[in-house]
Amino acid sequence: MAIFVNEQTKVVVQGLTGRQGSYYGLRNRAYGTQVVAGTNPQKAGADVEGIPIFASVADAVQATGANASFVIVPAAVAADAILEAAEAGVPFIVCVTEHIPMHTQAAVFNRLKRDFPHTRLLGPNCSGILSPGKCNIGFTPAEVSMPGPVGIVSRSGTLAYQSIFELTQKGIGQSTCVGIGGDPVPGTNFIDCLAAFEADPETKGVIMIGEIGGAEEERAADFIQHEMTKPVVAYIAGVTAPPGKRMGHAGAIISGSKGTAKAKMEALEKAGARVALNPTQLGDLMQEALAG
Amino acid sequence: MDLFEYQGKQYFARFGIPVSPGGVADTVEEAVAQAEAVGYPVVVKAQVQVGGRGKAGGIKLADNAAEVRFHAGSILGMNIKGHIVKRLWIERASDIEQEYYASFTLDRTAKLYLGMLSAKGGVDIEQVAAEDPDAIARLHVNPLDGLAEDACRDWVARAKLDPRANEGVVNILMKLYRCFVEGDADLVEINPLILTPDGRVHALDAKVTLDDSAARNHPEWDAFRGLEQLDERESLARSKGLQYVGLDGDVGIIANGAGLAMSTCDTVNQVGGKPANFLDIGGGASADVVTSALEVINTDPNVKVIFINIFGGVTRCDEVARGIIEATRRVQLRSPLIIRLDGTNAREGHAILAENASDRLIIAPTMLEAANRAVAIAAGG
Repeated sequence: MAIFVNEQTKVVVQGLTGRQGSYYGLRNRAYGTQVVAGTNPQKAGADVEGIPIFASVADAVQATGANASFVIVPAAVAADAILEAAEAGVPFIVCVTEHIPMHTQAAVFNRLKRDFPHTRLLGPNCSGILSPGKCNIGFTPAEVSMPGPVGIVSRSGTLAYQSIFELTQKGIGQSTCVGIGGDPVPGTNFIDCLAAFEADPETKGVIMIGEIGGAEEERAADFIQHEMTKPVVAYIAGVTAPPGKRMGHAGAIISGSKGTAKAKMEALEKAGARVALNPTQLGDLMQEALAG
Repeated sequence: MDLFEYQGKQYFARFGIPVSPGGVADTVEEAVAQAEAVGYPVVVKAQVQVGGRGKAGGIKLADNAAEVRFHAGSILGMNIKGHIVKRLWIERASDIEQEYYASFTLDRTAKLYLGMLSAKGGVDIEQVAAEDPDAIARLHVNPLDGLAEDACRDWVARAKLDPRANEGVVNILMKLYRCFVEGDADLVEINPLILTPDGRVHALDAKVTLDDSAARNHPEWDAFRGLEQLDERESLARSKGLQYVGLDGDVGIIANGAGLAMSTCDTVNQVGGKPANFLDIGGGASADVVTSALEVINTDPNVKVIFINIFGGVTRCDEVARGIIEATRRVQLRSPLIIRLDGTNAREGHAILAENASDRLIIAPTMLEAANRAVAIAAGG
C-alpha cells in the first residue's frame, strides 16, 4: 500500500511536450511509473519517446485510462490545466507549477471543492509524490529512496529529499513521500496526508516537515493529538527567519505573532510528536520511534 | 511586494477609495511646495515600511510653511526601527471623529477570503484581536461568489460603527474588495478608516501587499519598484535573480531549495552561530548560479565563512561539485568555504571536491558537522 498513488497509477502529463515536462515526465517513466499520455492541443497524434500526445485530458483518459495527472505547464495556464483534468474525471492531480497568483489558487481550490469534491489536487508549487518502487510523479529524486514503512509529508521539496536520504542511510524505507508545496493555498494539506498515512497499513510512522507561515502545522498538531496512533516525527524550518521577510516560498512569511517556528514546534511537541531540531535528527528520532 | 503608504493610497485611488489629497516629497523644499498645494493644516508623514511611525515621531501636524520646514527637516533622514526615512507624504489634515479598521486577506485555514472590520481602529489590530476579539466583525467570502452588497451591509451592521458611517463604509469595503481581488493583493488594510465630523468616511492610511506571483499581469506595478527598501546585498541578489534575505550574522549561507536554506540558517543558529543571510539558489546549482551567489555573499563585509549546503537530487552531486569548483575560480573569495554535499552521486561529488580541498575549501560530511565547522571559523577558531 501507499497513499494517493500505487503501481496501478496511470499518469497523463499536461505539458509533456515542453522542455521541463518532457524531462521530468520521461524521468518518472524511467523510474517505472506508468506515464501513459501527454496533452497538447496542437500536437495530437504525435508522441514523446513513445508516449502518445492527445488534444485534451478527456481524450487521453478515454484512450489510456489515465487516473492521475501531472501538471507541468506555465503559471498563466496552470489553473485551466487543473480544471481541465478535473472535468475529465481525473481523481488525482499533481501541479508543480510555481508563481500561480494567490487569487487564482483560491478560486481553483474552491472550484474543485464545490464542483469536483472527489478530485484531489496536490500542489501547486510542490515537489510531487513518490511511492518507492511503485510510482513517482514530479521532481523527487527517487535514487535516494527505498521502499519501507515511513510516510513523509513536507511543504519543502529539498527537505523532503533530505529526510528520505536520512532514512535510507539508516536502512529505513519509505511508504510514500508527499510534497504539499510552499504556496498559500495548497490543494492537499498536512492533515489530508496524516489521515491517509494513519489509514495506510503499510505506514508505521510519519515524518512531517513544516516551515514558518500560516497555522497549518498547529492544525496538524491538533489532528496528531486526537486522531493519530502512529508515531510522528516533526521538523519545522525557519527558526531564525525574521518577521515580515518572505523566505523563498510564497507561504513562508511570519506576519504578526503568528506562524513562528517556535510556536509550531511547541504545538507539535504538546501533541505528542517527536520534534527534531535539524534534518539529521529526523532519521535518529524515527529510528527510535519505530523501535518502540 | 509591500507598498509604501503613499503608493497604497495611489493604488486605493485607482479603485475609487477616498483618500486625503496629498503628494510626495524627498526634500524640505518639496515638502513645503506640496503643503502649499494641498492647503494647511497638513500632516507630514514618514514613508517607511514599519509599524509605530507615529510613536517614533515620524508623523507631525503642521499649520504653516515654517512648521512643515521644521518637521520635514527632522523627519527626513530619521531612523525608525532601522528604516531610514528618505521620502515624505504630505497630506491635508483631517478632522477625526471615529477611527475604524478594515482589511481583506486570505484565511489560509478556511481557504476563503477574510474581511475584518472593527470600530476599534487606529491601534494595533493584533492587540485588539488578542484582548477583545469580539470587537472585530469578520466575514468570510468565497472567491467563487465574491462580495455581495447585502452581505457587506450585514457585516457592517455587525461591526456596530457610528450609524452615520455605515453607508460610506459599505461603499469603501466594496471597493476595497475589488482592490484586493482585481488588484492582486495578498493584503489590503485601512487603519484607520475615519469618520469625519461632517459624516464623511475615508482612508487615512493604506497598507497594501501585492502578490509577486501576479506581477506579470500588472505592468503598472513597475512604477512601485525601485523605491523598495532593499539593502545593497538584497538589490544585487535580486538583479541576479536569487532568493536572498539579508540577516545580520557572519556565516554566509547558500543552499538549494527554500526549505533547506531556512533549515541551514537554523542549524547554524542551533550550534551557536549567526547566519548572515538566507539564500536559495533553487534546484539547479549550476556553476553560473553558484558564481552569482558567491558574488553576492562576497560583498557582505560581515561574512567570515561561507557554508554551501546542497542536496543533490535531480541535479547530481558531481555536477554540483564541478559547478562549485568552477565558481571558486571565477570569484576571488574573501572567506573560506565549508561545503556539505549529499544526495545522488554524493561520492563522485566528494571526490571532485577532495581534489581541490584546502584550508579555504573544506568538505564536511554532514549538515551538522558543516555548521559546527563554519561557526568555529567565524568565531576565529
